[in-house]
Amino acid sequence: MQMKEYKPLIVAFCCNWCSYAGADLAGNNRLNYPAEVKIIRVPCSCRVNPMFILRAFQRGADGVIICGCHPGDCHYTSGNYFTRRRMAALFSMLDFLGIEKERTRVEWVSAAEGAKFAATMNDFVEKVVSLGENKRLEDLRCKR
Amino acid sequence: MQRIGVFVCWCGSNIAGTVDVKAVAEALKSEPGVVFSTEYQYMCSQAGQDLIKDAVKEHNLTGIVVCSCSPRMHEATFRKTAAAAGLNPYMVEIANIREQCSWVHKEMPLGTEKAIILGKAAVAKVNLNAPLTPGQSPVTKRALVIGGGIAGIQTALDIADAGFPVDIVEKKPTIGGKMAQLDKTFPTLDCAACILTPKMVDAAQNENIRIFSYSEVEAVKGFVGNFEVKIKKKARYVDETKCTGCGACIEKCPQKKVPNEFNLGMDNRRAIYIPFAQAVPKVATIDADYCNMLKNGKCGVCTKFCAAGAIDYKQKDEIIEEKYGAIVVATGFEPISMEKFDEFAYSQSKDVITSLEFERLTNAAGPTAGKLLRPSDGKHPHKIVFVQCVGSRCASCAEKGKEYCSKICCMYTAKHAMLTRDKYPDTDVTVFYIDVRTPGKNFDEFQRRAVEEYGVNYVKGMVGKVTPEGDKLIVRGSDLIANKQIKIDADLVVLAAAIEPDKTARPLATMLTASMDTNDFFTEAHPKLRPVESPTAGVFLSGTCQGPKDIPETVSQAGAAASKVIGLLQKDMLLGNPCVASSNQLMCNGCSSCERVCPYGAISYEDKEFPGPNRTVKVRRVATVNPAVCQGCGACTVACPSGAMDLNGFMNSQIMAEVDAICK
Repeated sequence: MQMKEYKPLIVAFCCNWCSYAGADLAGNNRLNYPAEVKIIRVPCSCRVNPMFILRAFQRGADGVIICGCHPGDCHYTSGNYFTRRRMAALFSMLDFLGIEKERTRVEWVSAAEGAKFAATMNDFVEKVVSLGENKRLEDLRCKR
Repeated sequence: MQRIGVFVCWCGSNIAGTVDVKAVAEALKSEPGVVFSTEYQYMCSQAGQDLIKDAVKEHNLTGIVVCSCSPRMHEATFRKTAAAAGLNPYMVEIANIREQCSWVHKEMPLGTEKAIILGKAAVAKVNLNAPLTPGQSPVTKRALVIGGGIAGIQTALDIADAGFPVDIVEKKPTIGGKMAQLDKTFPTLDCAACILTPKMVDAAQNENIRIFSYSEVEAVKGFVGNFEVKIKKKARYVDETKCTGCGACIEKCPQKKVPNEFNLGMDNRRAIYIPFAQAVPKVATIDADYCNMLKNGKCGVCTKFCAAGAIDYKQKDEIIEEKYGAIVVATGFEPISMEKFDEFAYSQSKDVITSLEFERLTNAAGPTAGKLLRPSDGKHPHKIVFVQCVGSRCASCAEKGKEYCSKICCMYTAKHAMLTRDKYPDTDVTVFYIDVRTPGKNFDEFQRRAVEEYGVNYVKGMVGKVTPEGDKLIVRGSDLIANKQIKIDADLVVLAAAIEPDKTARPLATMLTASMDTNDFFTEAHPKLRPVESPTAGVFLSGTCQGPKDIPETVSQAGAAASKVIGLLQKDMLLGNPCVASSNQLMCNGCSSCERVCPYGAISYEDKEFPGPNRTVKVRRVATVNPAVCQGCGACTVACPSGAMDLNGFMNSQIMAEVDAICK
C-alpha cells in the first residue's frame, strides 16, 4: 500500500538557453510529465555545482537531472563539456556511495525539443520510481 | 530582511484552470520575508502592473515574486515594472507556474502543490537577491582589421563607409592576400586582379582607412570597446612617405637570386622589391636576409638610383600603440605543406605542383607570362593530371592531412581544367576526385561545363602513386566506377592541396583570448546564429580564418562582420549584463582554476595587499573578473576550489536556497 502513495522528488537543473526553453516548449505543446519534477533555472549547465546535487540528495531528493544544450551548441561555447566531465565524475562517486546511476542523469535538450524534454522527464521519473525512495544521503537533521 | 510581495497571475484560465491561484497566494503569505501576497487575472496587463507598483509603495517592498508564465516571456516586463516603482530591476524573480506547471499537469491538487513549491523557491531566492547595476564602459570609435586579404579589405571598406576609422594590419609588404595571386575566379572566370585591385586602391584612398603594411600585431590588452593594441611596423628600409614606387632601385639591385614568394618560388626577385605591379602601398621593401648592404655593408646601389632619397638602411622596427573598440580577425589561410605526401613525388619532381602554383603559371603576370609551361624544362605539357583532396577529408592520415573538406578545391580544379582545355585544346586533362562538391550559385553548372563542353576527363578515385620516369610522371590510380586500375604517363601533375589557417592565427588567438577549434580555425560565438562573432566580445571573424570559404562567401562574411562592428562602434556606452561572476578576493588563493575554464578570458590576476597578522601586510595573487567581458556562464564558480567565485543573480546561496525550498 505504501508503495502506491510514494511520490518521488525530482530536481531538474535546466540551462537558460536550451533546456529551460525546451521545457517551456513542452508546456506550450501541453506535453504532460509528472508534477514531481521541479525545475531550477541556471544560466548554463556548467553553473551546476556538485554541491547543489549533494544538497538535493541530502534534503531527500530521489533523483537529480541536469539538462543542457547539445554538445557543440552551448550558448557559452564550452560549458556543457565541463558539465559532462564533472558529472561523470560526480555520478560515479554517488554510485559508489549507493545512489544508483539511474537517479542521476545529464541530458541534452535543445530549445526545439519540447517533446524530448517531456519524454526524458517521463522516463527519468519512471526509472526513479522503480528504484523506490532514496534515503541514502539524507540528513535526518534537515527533516522538518 | 527583505520585504517581499508575491503576485500570482491567473493568466485567464491558463494558470487558474489547473492551479488554485488563491491557495497559492495564501500559502506563500507565511513564507519568510513575504509581507504581501495577492492574485490577479492578468498580471502583465497595465492594471496588473499598476497593482504591483501600488503594492511596492504601500507595503514598502524590497523584493518581488511573480508567479506567472516563463521568465523568458515576461521577466523583462516585470523588471521594468519594478524599476518604474523605484525598485532595482534585479530584485524580481519569476516562478514559472504556466509553461512548467499548469500547462503540463492536469490535476488541480498536483498543479497547486507544485505551484506553491515553485513559488517558495522563488521567494527563497529573492530573500538573497541583491540590487545589481549593469556596468558601463565607453567605446573607442576605431576598428582594427588584422589581415589585408579580400576579407580584411572588404570589412575595412564597409566599416569606413559607415564613417568609422579603420586600421588594416598586414604582415606582408602589400595588401591583397591570396586573391592577388589568383588568375581567374570561378564561376564567372573574371580575372582576380581586375576585381581585387580596384578594391585595394579604394582602401588606400579612403580617408577613414590607414594601412599598416609589413606590420604585425604584437600585443593586445583590454576588452570590448577598449582594446589597446601594439602594432610592430617592421623596418622595410625604405621611407614610405618618400618612395614613389618608380622601380629604379629594383632594376639596378645586383642581388638577383632571391626566391620570389609571390610566385611561390618559381622565379626570382631582387633583394629590394615590390611584390607585384599593383601592390598597395606601392612602396619598395628591402629584404634584409639578402641585401648586401644590410648584411655586410657593401653595396648601396639603390641609394644612388633613388631619385626620391627614400632608402634608409638605418630604419628600425617601430611600435605603434593605438586604441580600438572592435577587432576583426581576417588572417586567412595557407595551402598545407606537400612535403609529407611522398606518394605524389612533390619534392622529387618540379613538374608536380600545387594548385596555387598552377594559378601563378597561368597568370599573365606570373613567371611564364601566362603560358602554361612545365617548370622543369619549359615545355608545353600535353597530359595533365589533377588530383583532388590532397590532404583534405583525410581522416585516416591525420598526421599529414586534414580531416575536413577544404571546400574550394572542387571548383578551382574544374576552373583549372576548363581554362587549360580552353587555351590548349590539344591537352589531355584528367581529374581524380573522391566526390565533386559544388554547392553554390552556378557552381554545379560550371563543373558540368568543364566535363560536357570542355571534355575534361573526370575519374572517381584516388591516385595511389606518382613516379617520375624520364621526363614523364607515371600516375597510377584507381577508377572506382569502372573498377579498374589506371596508369597515365602525364607531363604535369597538379595537387589540390588542402588549406589550413595561417600560422599566425594561433598566437593571435592567444593574444585576443579568442577560441579556436582543433584545426586552428577561429570558433564563432554560435555556429548558426552568430557566425561572424568570436565568443570573445568585441572580436569578429572574417573570411577563411573561421573555416574554408570561397571568395563570394568571404566577401559576404566580411560585410556581415563589418555590420556587427558598426553596430558596436555607433554606441557611446556599452551596458553590461550585471549577472556576471565576481571573486571574493579574501577567499581566493590565486590558483588559476577559474582562468583556465573561462571561455572569454574575462579573468585576470592581480597582486593585492591584504592585512596579515600583527599589522603586517601580505601581498597575494588574486583573481579579478572584468565585468565587461564576462558573459555569466558560471563555469568558473564550479571550478573554484575555495568557493571564492560566485555569479551575480545566480549565487551559490541562491541556488542552494532554491534546492532547499524544493526539497522540503
